[in-house]
Order: sequence, then C-alpha cells, then structure tokens
Amino acid sequence: MKVRIKFTKEGSAKFIGHLDTMRYFQKALRRAGLPVAFSGGYSPHMIMSFAAPLGVGTTSLGEYFDLELTQTVPTSVIEGKLNSTMAEGIRVLSARAVEDAKASKAMSLVAAADYLVEFREGKEPEVPWLEKIEEFFALSSITVLKKTKRSEKEVDIRPYIYEMKPKGSQVFLKLASASANYTKPELVIDAFQKWLGCEPKDFCYQIQRLEVYADTGSETQHSFLSLEALGEKIE
Amino acid sequence: MRKLALNDEILLKVDKAARYIGGEVNSVMKNKEKVDIRFAMAFPDVYEIGMSNLGMMILYNMFNERQDVWCERLFSPWTDLDKVMREKKISLFTLESQDPVNIFDFLGITLGYEMCYTNVLQLLDLGGIPLLAKDRTETDPLVIGGGACAYNPEPLAPFFDMFYIGEGETSYDALFDAYKANKAAGGTREDFLLMACRIPGIYVPAFYDVTYKEDGTIASFAPNREAVPEKVCKQLIVDMEKEYRAIESPVVPFIKATQDRITLEIQRGCIRGCRFCQAGMIYRPTRERDVETLKLSAKRMLENTGHEEISLSSLSSSDHTQLNDLVTFLIDEFQDQAVNISLPSLRIDAFALDVMSKIQDVKKSSLTFAPEAGSQRLRDVINKGLTEEDILKGAGEAFRGGWNHVKLYFMLGLPTETEDDMKGIAHLAERIAEEYYEIPKDQRNGKVQINVSTSFFVPKPFTPFQWAGMYSENDFIEKAKVVKSEIREQLNQRSIRYNWHEPDVTILEGFLARGDRRCAEVILKAYQKGALYDAWSESFRYDIWKEAFEETGIDLDFYTLRERSTDEILPWDFIDAGVTKEFLIREWKQAHEETVTPNCRQRCSGCGAKQYGGGVCFESKN
Repeated sequence: MKVRIKFTKEGSAKFIGHLDTMRYFQKALRRAGLPVAFSGGYSPHMIMSFAAPLGVGTTSLGEYFDLELTQTVPTSVIEGKLNSTMAEGIRVLSARAVEDAKASKAMSLVAAADYLVEFREGKEPEVPWLEKIEEFFALSSITVLKKTKRSEKEVDIRPYIYEMKPKGSQVFLKLASASANYTKPELVIDAFQKWLGCEPKDFCYQIQRLEVYADTGSETQHSFLSLEALGEKIE
Repeated sequence: MRKLALNDEILLKVDKAARYIGGEVNSVMKNKEKVDIRFAMAFPDVYEIGMSNLGMMILYNMFNERQDVWCERLFSPWTDLDKVMREKKISLFTLESQDPVNIFDFLGITLGYEMCYTNVLQLLDLGGIPLLAKDRTETDPLVIGGGACAYNPEPLAPFFDMFYIGEGETSYDALFDAYKANKAAGGTREDFLLMACRIPGIYVPAFYDVTYKEDGTIASFAPNREAVPEKVCKQLIVDMEKEYRAIESPVVPFIKATQDRITLEIQRGCIRGCRFCQAGMIYRPTRERDVETLKLSAKRMLENTGHEEISLSSLSSSDHTQLNDLVTFLIDEFQDQAVNISLPSLRIDAFALDVMSKIQDVKKSSLTFAPEAGSQRLRDVINKGLTEEDILKGAGEAFRGGWNHVKLYFMLGLPTETEDDMKGIAHLAERIAEEYYEIPKDQRNGKVQINVSTSFFVPKPFTPFQWAGMYSENDFIEKAKVVKSEIREQLNQRSIRYNWHEPDVTILEGFLARGDRRCAEVILKAYQKGALYDAWSESFRYDIWKEAFEETGIDLDFYTLRERSTDEILPWDFIDAGVTKEFLIREWKQAHEETVTPNCRQRCSGCGAKQYGGGVCFESKN
C-alpha cells in the first residue's frame, strides 16, 4: 500500500533541516509500529519519498511524503499511530492511500505551492506596500537576477507567480514549484520591495508554506489540486 | 509551544540550530512550579557528543522519575554560538525549559575526559555562575561533578561545590532529600554542603586542606572541620537486577548524534585487569546484567525510540557469560526489521566472526585488534592477555572468511618500553600480512590492508601505572619514527598503513589526569586566554596552554615526566575506589617483573573489590 502523509512543521521544528526531518520520520514510523516496506541489501532503508524540501527557518502547514507499507492499514489508524509519537511542532494532518506508480511519486507531482510571507517586526518596507501588491501582480513581466552555482542570469519570474495578494498584514503567494520552475517566495518579495524602491533588509521575512499542489490541468489551463486530494481515505 | 532562549536570527545563523532547541522525542517536560528541585545536567562538549553519553542519560532518566525533581539538559554551545552569546550577553540555558541555568538548584557536569575542562569553565562563565566555588552565593546553583574524571577531581577542585565519586544510582536520592530538608529548615548553602559531605560518595573540596613539601609533593591532605569524613568511598550498585535503573525511553535527537543508536549496557567492570586501564580498575567488580532483562530492555528501547541500530556497551563484551544467547536473540528478533546490531569491544574468535558475518557486509567491514604493545614481553608488562597466536589465529580465520581489512591499536611510551618493543609493532603487522598471503590466491579477496594506529600512553589514577613517568613531546615523536621506519623495512610494507596521534594533547591529558589542586590555576588561565574545545583538534591551541604554564609558573614536567615513589601521597589518595593501594603496588611490581596476573574468573587476585559483596567475586559461589 502506498500512503501519502501530510504534516505540519511549526514552532521550534522549523529549525530541523530537511535531512533530519526525513530521519525524524523514519524513526517515528518505527515507533508507530507501522508495517513499513524496506529495500533489500545489507543496509536496507525505508521506501519513502518527500515532496518538496523545506528550508530551515520556514514553517509549514502542508508538508508531504509518500511511503510504502507492506500491508493495507486504515488511513485513520496511520494518522492516530503517528500522532501518538510526534515531537513538538510536528503533527500529521492526514494519511491518504495513493496510486502506486512511478509517475505519481510525490516529488514528481509537485507543480505549485502556497505561501504566507510576513515581515518581521521593524523589517517592513519603509513605504506603504500592502496596497501596492495588486499593482505589482498586474505587471506583465518581473525581471530578476537569478543566481545559480555557475552563473547569474536575468529571468522573468512573472509567469511563475500564479497568485499574489494581501492577506491581513501578510502576503499570500501561489508560486510555481516544479523542479524546472521552482520559485522561492523570498525572490518574489525581494523583487516586490525593489520595485517599491526599497532595499530588502537582512533577515526580514518569516515564511510559512501552506499547501503543495499537483497540476491536473494543462500548461495553459492550470488546475491545481493539493497532493492530499489526489489520495483517498481507506477504512 | 515553548519560547526559545535564542531568537530566530541567531538560530538561523549558527551551525546546526537543532542543537539548542530541545523538544526531542522522549525529552521530559514538567511544570516548573510543581517541582522542588531543578537540576541542570550538563555535558561539557557539543550536543552530538554529549547526547551519546550513556551515564548522563541514565541520570536524566533516573532524576526525572522523581516527581519532585525536574532534570534538564544542556551542552557546550559550539564556538559560533559561544561568540554570539558573549557579544549579546545571552545567558546559557537548558534545552527543555530554555530557562537560564543560574536559576537552577543544581548544575551537574559530566566529566568524561580531561580535555573538556576548559569547556567546564565555559559552561559556568556563560551561565553567569562564578567560576570559583568560594565566590558563589546563596542564589547560585550548587555545582556538582561526576563521571570517570571525578576519580581525580583535584585539578577542578576550586570550580566545584561537590563531586560525586562513583555510580550515580546510589546516593543522589539522599542528596536531593538532604537538599529539600535543608531548604525547609532555612539552612544555608554551607549547611547543605556539610550534610552532603556525609552522604557516601560525596566529596566537598572546600572542606579539605592540602599542604605541600618543599619538593612540591603533597605533605598532607585532611578535612579542615569536624565531622567531615577522611575518605570518600566510591559508590556502585551491586545488584544489577534490583538496583540498575534501566532507561526505557532514551531521548531521540533530531540531528545525528555521534552514537545515533540505542546503547544497551550489558555489564559494568572488566575481569581483565590491564594495568594501564583506568576503567578496568575503578569499575570493579565486574557485574553482568541478566540476559532476559537485557532482551526485554532492547525491545522496549527500540519500540520507544524508533532507532535503527542497537549497540552493546561494556568494556569487554566477549566476557559476558550470556553474550551468545543475547546476540542470537537480537539477530533473530530484529534483523528482519532492518535493525543493525553493533558489537564493539568483541574479541575476534570463531563466535565473533560468525556473528559478524551475519550482521555486516564482510567486504566493507574490518577486524579490530588492540594488542596495545608490540612484543609479548611488553604485553606481559601491561597484563594484556592477547597473544600473538590469538591475533594470528583470529586474523587467519577472518581472512579465510573473506575479510581483508585489519585495524591494529597500540600504545607507545608504556613503562619499561624498549626499541625492540616498538619495532615489534611493525613485525606483528608484517606477520598478519604474511598470514593473509599464505591463503591461495584464488581463495583470497584482493589485497590485504592493515592499519596500524598508535597513541601515546597516559598514566591514570587508580591504575598500577599511576606512579609511572611519561615522556616528553620529542621522545614521543622519536618513538613514532622508530615504528614508522621499521614498518618501511617490512616485506609487505605496502599493505601496512601507519598513523599516530599528536603528542601535545597527550601530554596535557597526562598533566590534567594526575594533577593536584594547584593545576586549577593553569586551567583557569588557559580558559581566560581563549582555550576551548581542547578535545577537538581543529580548536586545540597548545600555544595558549604553554603560555598559561609560563604565566602561572606551574611546572608541567613535575606532573608528567616524574615517576612517583609508592610512598608519595597522591592527590586522589583520599578516595577509596575499591581497589586497594597494596594491590596496585603489587601490580606495579609484577609489571616490572613481566609477570601476568590472571583474570578475575581464573583466580581472584585480591584487589579489594570483593568488599562490595557482589559481581564476579562471588560468581562461583552462587
């Protein structure tokens, strides 16, 4: 049985890096006593795949990994067992049975993600900004300098911003997140600040990921569905 | 959710922020308003090292079983955070509550190795606790030290209010009860310390005075007030079933600890009696845990942590009488759940090879032998029972089983060592290589690789070699060169790799291991001049220590090079560690006569540990 787990990372858990989060869940799955499938060989490992790595310092309400079990277990039982052994700040929101095929691997499905960006106290832009978001989002192109390990190049990130709007005193973003067009929320807000004529301050955002989506539509007509919604409950 | 002591900006800047956040699975949270005693348990090294320490975890578990005590952990901040904390004047805090350590009732510090002493001062300093016990006031925590290095607490004496000598299971309850009683009666810090020093195993350095002779040796060591005991007796548990406080749910670190696995302690003590080994003397008598209890304990700990590896811990696993039963159980029960089993300190024999071939990939693993000395003569001097025949037989069997990697560990600078003994290291490595090439070519697995490592011998308190002199830095380097050039002379030299440890750390370790109270001045000076994390080669600064010796006028050679006479008062003589001085003197003489002392199961050698009334001393009388 292939299961997709959706979990949160809040509070102090945001300081746990991606690899350590994987290790954390490997141990949690053992504690929960779930029938996890292992690869063969002298150092067998759990067959699991994480959807999209989360940077240290970012909180999340929608993290995902897929997991292989050797037998069918009701999804509510999986949720209960895992939640009985979680550490502070990490909570399992759901377990869903998903189709067992290479193409439906969590990581290869990721197409977009929602974020909430908050300015840390005293680090907001010095000019009025909330009311300017709509105007920025209406631009037809937003060119930024993207640094890679090898070079710097100018990229138009506007096509990768699917949604951008104020939400209370925060900014809501829906951004492209597939491996080919993965767009960091910091990059977008930095561009926004520069467009406002402000220099982004050091260490100015607290970012929360809200959800990760697959695209069930086409390149011209996106139809985003959360990774969770692709699976189903099993009794 | 808990509020962290460090803000996001700091945590995102330092390496491995998860070292400082607490909140791990099985860490213990309590309501601080509802406990009487808050105990901060510190390990003076970085989180990953400290979280691998079994002793600390046993006490953490044991203290927290008491409703009236909340024990929390803290570790040395790494150098990056150390700098930030000093700049921003942030107080050192515990991981669980994230509260500053100076509001605690106790600060306990585990003393596992000498090279962590400057980190002890770092903990006090960043914690806002006066470095010297005499400067502390009623509101400061009581600072207590324990662990292997507490068997000679003297170089740290001025920094501690108390030391606990021996195994923590026995006297901490009495200590906590005394603390509560004293608090209820409105007693002072000194009142409490007077109560504490009469609890078995507790040493309060301020209650003892030391005088010195003109030649620098100790003239007297005695209590300076009434009702303070002259001797402090090592504490240990005798009944490994009833008194042992097994950990059921060890804390599971978020980041990878050095020992990222369950540690199952299978026995304490060692029957072998190697004359250089402090652990083999101070943890006498050898006491085994029952195999059925161990099986249950292994199962529970695996279930409660989710670890994917279990390691058996003891000084000499092969000497556990039920090891076969235990290992077979672990393999049968857990191997199909992809749990790795690790067996350090195993003697290489047919059983060990059979087990190893089941639990690891022969092609990737190596065999480890610790002959410690290169010649049979010197092995007799140090009472290391391993013979050349044992090694060649074990290696031969292993080679035929497919292994082709061998690691050999030796010490240089042992008492009575000659050039022949040093060269013997090369010869032994050569004979192992020859043993390999005797196997027909079509039956062996490529080339053999033999890694020879030497460390320099450090005499330790409560061993038969506690009187021995050490060598100078140059002598040590010369010795390593003798081994190196002799290895190059061997026929199979291409199969032998040699590496040795730097001698400077060893010399300092020797100084701290056998130092007296006056040595504290050097530690303090070195710390003030910036020495920290001396156990880490990347941060060890011998130049700072050299300056500290110069500025304090303390003579390093007096403590390291000098061979002591057996009638000298040694700084740790006030401790009764179980083994008698008569026995140690007898062993020191036997060493010079190159006479081997049989192990505890072969014949009792009357070391004194029988006084405790249990363990191997009474095995045959059951």
